[in-house]
Parts: sequence; C-alpha cells; structure tokens
Amino acid sequence: MAAAVKRFFDSDLWFSFTRSPVTVVSAIVAAVCILGAVFAPWIAPHNPFDLASLNLSDAFKPPAWTEEGAREYALGTDDQGRDVLSAIMYGARVSLLVGVSATVFATLLGVSLGLLAGYVGGALDSLLMRICDIQLTFPSILVALLVDGVVRAALPREVHAEIALFVVIFAIGISEWPKFARTVRGSTLVERNKEYVQAARVIGVSRARIMVSHVLPNVLGPVLVVATLNLGLAILSEATLSFLGVGVPPTQPSLGTLIRIGNDFLFSGEWWITIFPGIALIMMVLSVNLLGDWLRDALNPKLR
Amino acid sequence: MFAFIISRILQALPVLLSVALISFAMFAYVGDPVAIMLGQDYTQAQRDALVADLGLDKPFWVQFATFIGNAVQGEFGLSYRLSRPVADLIAERAPATLELAFTAAILALAVGVPMGVYTGLYRHSWLSRFFLTFSLIGVSLPTFLIGILLILVFAVSLGWLPSFGRGDTVRLGWWTTGFLTWSGVKALVLPAITLGLFQLTLIMRLVRAEMMEVLRTDYIKFARARGLPNRAVHFGHALKNTMVPVITIVGLQLGAIIAFAIVTETVFQWPGMGLLFIQSVGAADIPVMSAYLLLIALVFVTINLIVDLLYYAVDPRLRIGRGKGGH
Amino acid sequence: MSEPLLEVRNLRVEFPTRRGTLVAIDDVSFSISPGEVLGVVGESGAGKSMTGAAIIGLLEPPGRIAKGQILLNGKRIDNLRYEQMRRIRGREIGAIFQDPLTTLNPLYTVGRQLAETMTTHLPIGPAEAKKRAIEWLELVGIPAAAQRIDSYPHEFSGGMRQRVVIALALCAEPKLIVADEPTTALDVSIQAQVIALLKTLAREKGTAMMLVTHDMGVIAETADRVAVMYAGRIAEIGPVREVVKHANHPYSAGLMGSIPPLDRRVERLAQIDGAMPRLSAIPQGCAYNPRCPQVFGKCRALRPDLLDAGTTRAACWLFDTEVARG
Repeated sequence: MAAAVKRFFDSDLWFSFTRSPVTVVSAIVAAVCILGAVFAPWIAPHNPFDLASLNLSDAFKPPAWTEEGAREYALGTDDQGRDVLSAIMYGARVSLLVGVSATVFATLLGVSLGLLAGYVGGALDSLLMRICDIQLTFPSILVALLVDGVVRAALPREVHAEIALFVVIFAIGISEWPKFARTVRGSTLVERNKEYVQAARVIGVSRARIMVSHVLPNVLGPVLVVATLNLGLAILSEATLSFLGVGVPPTQPSLGTLIRIGNDFLFSGEWWITIFPGIALIMMVLSVNLLGDWLRDALNPKLR
Repeated sequence: MFAFIISRILQALPVLLSVALISFAMFAYVGDPVAIMLGQDYTQAQRDALVADLGLDKPFWVQFATFIGNAVQGEFGLSYRLSRPVADLIAERAPATLELAFTAAILALAVGVPMGVYTGLYRHSWLSRFFLTFSLIGVSLPTFLIGILLILVFAVSLGWLPSFGRGDTVRLGWWTTGFLTWSGVKALVLPAITLGLFQLTLIMRLVRAEMMEVLRTDYIKFARARGLPNRAVHFGHALKNTMVPVITIVGLQLGAIIAFAIVTETVFQWPGMGLLFIQSVGAADIPVMSAYLLLIALVFVTINLIVDLLYYAVDPRLRIGRGKGGH
Repeated sequence: MSEPLLEVRNLRVEFPTRRGTLVAIDDVSFSISPGEVLGVVGESGAGKSMTGAAIIGLLEPPGRIAKGQILLNGKRIDNLRYEQMRRIRGREIGAIFQDPLTTLNPLYTVGRQLAETMTTHLPIGPAEAKKRAIEWLELVGIPAAAQRIDSYPHEFSGGMRQRVVIALALCAEPKLIVADEPTTALDVSIQAQVIALLKTLAREKGTAMMLVTHDMGVIAETADRVAVMYAGRIAEIGPVREVVKHANHPYSAGLMGSIPPLDRRVERLAQIDGAMPRLSAIPQGCAYNPRCPQVFGKCRALRPDLLDAGTTRAACWLFDTEVARG
C-alpha cells in the first residue's frame, strides 16, 4: 500500500498535476463541492426539509452581509424561510448523485457494448455503430428529454413520482452511452490485433475471458477521460432537466430545481435564491471540466 | 453534382426512417391513446369503433406505413393536452423558434469565427487569453443560467430589454415575424444571446484549434516562403483550409441550436416549438413529442445535406470521382 | 573572385527549451557566388535544413539566430523586420521544400498559386500573371499547360507537383534558391528528371542554389561546391570533385566511402560506427571525435575551426600546421 502511494507521487501524472496551478485549484474546488454535498446532513447549518424548524417569518432574508441579512443564514433564505446555503448543500448532493450514477450507467453500458462491437465485429458492430451514429445526430439533452417524456407517458403518475430519480438517471445515462461505446470500440479494434491477444487466443482462452481480462484493462485509460469530461455534462443535463421541471421530483430538489424555484423571485429582487445555487452549479461543473481537460492532456502521449 | 446530392439523400433516408420508427413506436405503444382520447367514460363499442377508426387493429407495418403517409402530409393527429391538430400547433410556433435559432446562429458565426481566427493567429496576446478564459466559462455555463443572468442584469436591474415573450409581431401570410417591429427586435436580443453564446464559444475554440493546425502545415510555410503578404496567408490560404472541418461541426451545432432552443424558450417564455415540446413532455403528450422528434430529424438531415454541399463547394478534392486520386 | 551573392558568417541558431538551450547550428560560415550551386550534405539532424530555414528567415519558433550574420548582396538580412524580409522571400530568395504532396495549398488551383506569387512581387497585372503562369508550367515540363493551369494540386502526380513547386520558387525570378531535399520524397525514377530540370533552369536563369540533401549522387551531379555538415557545424567545404573523390576530413571520407561505386564491385561498403550525437549531448572538442578513426588528444579537448587542407577546407586538427610539423 505504502509502495503504491509512493509510486503515485513519483508518477508523471502527479508531476503534471503539481505543475498546473489551475488544476490544483480545480481539484480543491471540486473536493470542497463534493465533501460539502456528501456530508450535507452532518455539516449543513440547517435542515431545509425539517418542517418543524422552518419559520415563515424568516422567509426572504437576504444574505448575511447585507443590511437586513440575518447572521444565521449566510446566503439568505427562500420563500419558505429555508436556509439557502443548506438547500444548496442538500441540492448538490442530489445533483452529484444523479450525475455520478448517470455517468456510471452510461460508462457500463457504453463500455460493454463498445467492447462487444469492437471485439465481435460483424453485423453486431455495424448495428451498434449505426445506433450510435443516429443517436449522436441529436444533442444528448434532447435524447434525455425524450426518454424522460416517454417513461413519464408509459408509467402511471404515482409510480413515476416514486422512481423519478431513477428515471432521470436512466434518461441521462441513455443519452450519453454512445460516446463511451465509440471510444472503447476504437481502442478495442487496436488492441484486438496486438500480439498479447493473439497469444491468448492461441492458448485457447475463451472469447469472453479475453475481452474482460485482457482487452478491457487496456482500453480503460481513454474511458476515464471521457467519464470525467462526461460527469460535468451529466450534472449539467440533470440541472437542465430539473430546471425545465421534468427532472428530479420536487421532494428532492437538486441545484437545477433550486434555480427554477428561485427564478420566480428574480423580478421581485430576491436574486440570491437563484444566483447562489447557480454559482454552486458553475463551480462544480467548471472544476470537474478543468480536471477532465487536464486528465486528457496528461494521459495523451502525443502532448507529452 | 446531381449524383452527389442523390447519394447523400439516399444516405439520409435510413436515419429518417429509424427516427420515424421510434416516433411511431412512441405514438402507438406508449400510454393508451385510445383511453386518453375517449376520456373517463366510454363503452367497449365506442372503444372498438375508435380503434378501428385509428387503424390500431391493423398489423404493425400497415400502421407504420399509414403513419409515414400521414407524416409526409403533415398529419400527426390531435394533441392530448390541447385537443388541437398537432400540425396546426407546430405551424403556429415554428416561426418563433426559427427566427430565434437563425439569429442565434448568425450571432455565433459572425462573432465566433473572427474570435477563433484572432486567437489562433495571436496565441499569446492578452486579448486571446481573455477570449479563451471567456470561452471556458461559456462552455461550462448552462444555457438557462446564462439566460437568468442576462435577465437579472439587462431586464431586472437596468430595465433595457424585455425578459419574456416575442414583443409585437407582424403577420406575413401564415408566418409571423418579430424582425419588423422595434419591440420584436428588442425581445429577440437576450434570447438570441443566450442561445448563441454556447455555440459561439464552441465555434471560436474549434476555429482556433483548426487555425493553429493549419498554420503548422507545409503549404502555409511555403506560402510564407513565397513572400505572400500575411493577409493573403492568414485570410486566404489558412482560413479557407480551416473552413473545411469547421463547416461540418458548425453544421451540427446549428442543428443543436434548434434543440437547445427548448431551454432558452422556457427561460424567456418564448412562444416557440421548444416551449410546446417541453410542455408536452411534462404532460406526456405523445403526438406532439413524436411530431417534434420527426421535425427535428428532418431539420438535422437537411442541415447535413447543406453541409455536404458546402464541403463540395470548398474542397476541390471531393469533386473528383473516387479511385482517381492522382498520386 | 566576384562579390558573393549570399554570405553566412558565424551563424549560430539556438533553441531554448525547458532543459536548457540547444545549439542547433554552431559557428557556420560559407558563401555562395552568383550562379553557383552549393550542395549541403550530412545526416538527418546535422543542421542542413535549419541553415536553409535561417536564410529564408523562417526558423520555427522558439528557434532563433543567436549570433552571426546573413548577407545578401552585401546587405544584412538576418535582422530585418518580418515585412521587409517578406519582400525578399520569393523575390530575391526562392524556396523549394521536401514533400510536394504537402507544400501546395490543396484548395487553390496551381494557376492561382503561381499568379498570386508573381503579382505579389512583380509589377504585373492578373492577365499578364496568368500568361506567365502558363509559360512557367511549360518551362517546368508540364504537358498541356494551358489546360492544366486550372487544375488543383491533387490532380497532379508527385513528380508533377514538384515541378509546380519549382515553378513557384522560380516564377518571381529570385537570384538564389534554397532547395531543401527537393527529391527525397519522390520516386527514385523521377528524382533524376527533377534534378536535371532544376539544374537546367538554374543555369538558364543564372540562379544560384543552395541544395540541401543527404543524397551524394545528387550532389555529385549538380553542385559546384559542397559543404559537409555534422552536428550543427561544417566539417568540410570545397569543390565537389575534391570532396567526393579526395575528402580530407575523416567524416567526409567516411561519408563518401559509404557510396557504392559504380565502376567496381566491393565486398562491403565502408560504414561509420556509432551515431551522430544528439544536440543535448555534443561532446567537447571536435564533435566527431568519439567516432573518428584518427582521433588524438587535441580532438577531445579543443574544437577545430575550418583549416586549410589543400584542396578543401576541413574542420580537423589533422590539418593544423603545428600538428603536421610535430
């Protein structure tokens, strides 16, 4: 273990990481966002969903540094007297949960299908790649919207409300798998013809075994990059869906939901209800994107 | 030339057919259209009559063929939510979306291309660095937040521009336009910026990357070695070569603008197809959704065709028949 | 002897990198007289092409001229502004690059590329430029030039494209051509034709030429004088007959020994052991000393300048008068 840690700190990856101040800052911002989100129930100053602690007389308090602000509500309160900071932390939790789950789903689906298409080839390959082509013609947000709409229409209202979170994860995941499938298929085609695969085939290792234990580990590098870059996109997709009112259920507001709710109060001057969740969203997505950019450049042997 | 167009159209057909199939499958199998159309109380006889009327008792392929036949004539049935013909609804809303998308696209191209050329040529100037930072934010900002921020600044704080709606429109036949009235133009500004900004930054980054790539090529070095003026090298030789890959991506992006209009139209309550679509998704209004899907596919395919034609015009290498590549 | 057309004095080209400055060309001096063909030979990475790039003022950044001067007709051109140098490129010094498949802009017709070069430098209009473009294509041996003028580069074969490149380099009638490996990328069967064309045209137009190549056959056939480069320096320079037949510098001798003679059979060709050092690891003293069969003490300590070696000038301590005496 200690040796592994030491090897990591000696690696080129760590070196290029420390050499880029932007990356270090993004990593710190991303870490703050993620920790704040994950540990929200324990570290948030208030529980925005505890109806007993809500007090309508505290509604529409501006941020603490303004004249009418209250000290206990650092970023102000919303129309129901909920602490905006706490709502952001809980909301980021939902955003992150959906973003990560959707990315994992898209990765699993894309990697398996890409591996199959690349290794098996033939008609299966053509079929899968045609599906990718057609789907990639449409922006992923449109696909996610459609999937969400179809599921909504197919399920009874009560059932849908119950599993709405999974529907969003499914919709976003489905909208993004082709990128993974394409990447993995490309690398698989290269790996398939290398000698170690030929060798494994000669000694009679089964197809499935070759794919999983020989080819798969060698195509995961690019997948990691695509996944990181995709995480930012998935978080944005979720926020967009929720903003449009078709995403996560209102009982579990994400950052996008908070922005949509706050948007109604923009004209009456209560800007903080929508702007702070917006800033949190931007920080989260920007830091993840910058980390993804760095990872892509650091793992790209051409740029070294 | 003619053969080229025909071959491209033939290539586009499978895409359109697959989308039509998905559209039809949604239309036919998702939810229970008969129940929705009949409302709460109905007899089995009424139901059977409607099923026969809609042709739902016929085999799948017959139904699909009928669906396509109807679609070609612009017939998509009634909206569950509004009980009006889908075709009418879309025709009413199309001008708003198309005008918005067109303005956003022009904005993205007219600003994005020159910015990309500039940052590609003068990589280390402070203005380039500024543009790049700006573009990074543009890529990371979700469209709806850009809209909200613009509303906050220009509509709420400064009160310069309207924050929702199309303003006054003028009727030209079945088309309504906001271009001809002052309030219509003012109403267009913020939505167009919101919708165009992401594409603008994307185009800028793309043009910059291509420009840098092209500037490294031998033919650019040779053009310099021949003593051609910078203007000719940069804006003639380099820019024209940059355009070849840029056209493809930009074409796809223009299609994306129509799709992203959904978000912008929601933020600005813009009475276009996107707003109609999102309301339909919320209400599970399948006929509108499937019609919209087909329409978008048609737009994408048309744009792809135009892109191919532009390619053909820009790159002489495509004009030669295959297999004759003269090395 | 007449006034030299081009004079390179103590040229030094450096590349600043993260791991320190690399010296790509070190203290290189030579001159070219009007109408003369100077061959420059050496292994890849010896600095031949970079010398050419420095002369036409198109060193790839971050490479830069750190020391020395380049004079054209007695006037310095190494310190000119971009715009002043631009007027010289094409008009005074033409250039030919290695790969004709990549040197022509694929989106413009060859006629347009020729015409724009001429209208940039010569006081002629578009109609005249087009007329001359056709003449130039005929001159470089493109059949049916009047029809081919509106063809795009991809419609020509590699050899034909290099002919177009030659026309482009010559069309504004420069007094000097820097030809960087003009035949390396071509089929062997076409190389001789292109070299013959280049030679004829240079002689007809009285154009001097710096011919960079690693092909000794091309040099022997075309050049008047030859400079042998090694690790960014000139090892030997002299008349082509002398250098090819009686090289004085051990490196040139080794290089010439590696050419298969046509007049007799040899069991084995001579080869030079080892490889040219990388720019980051040039040995002290003579850069060739680790590979030199005749190395002695002084070679490892001090760097030789070009010394008189009778028929040629060689950067080798063997020709140091003191050593010779002792």
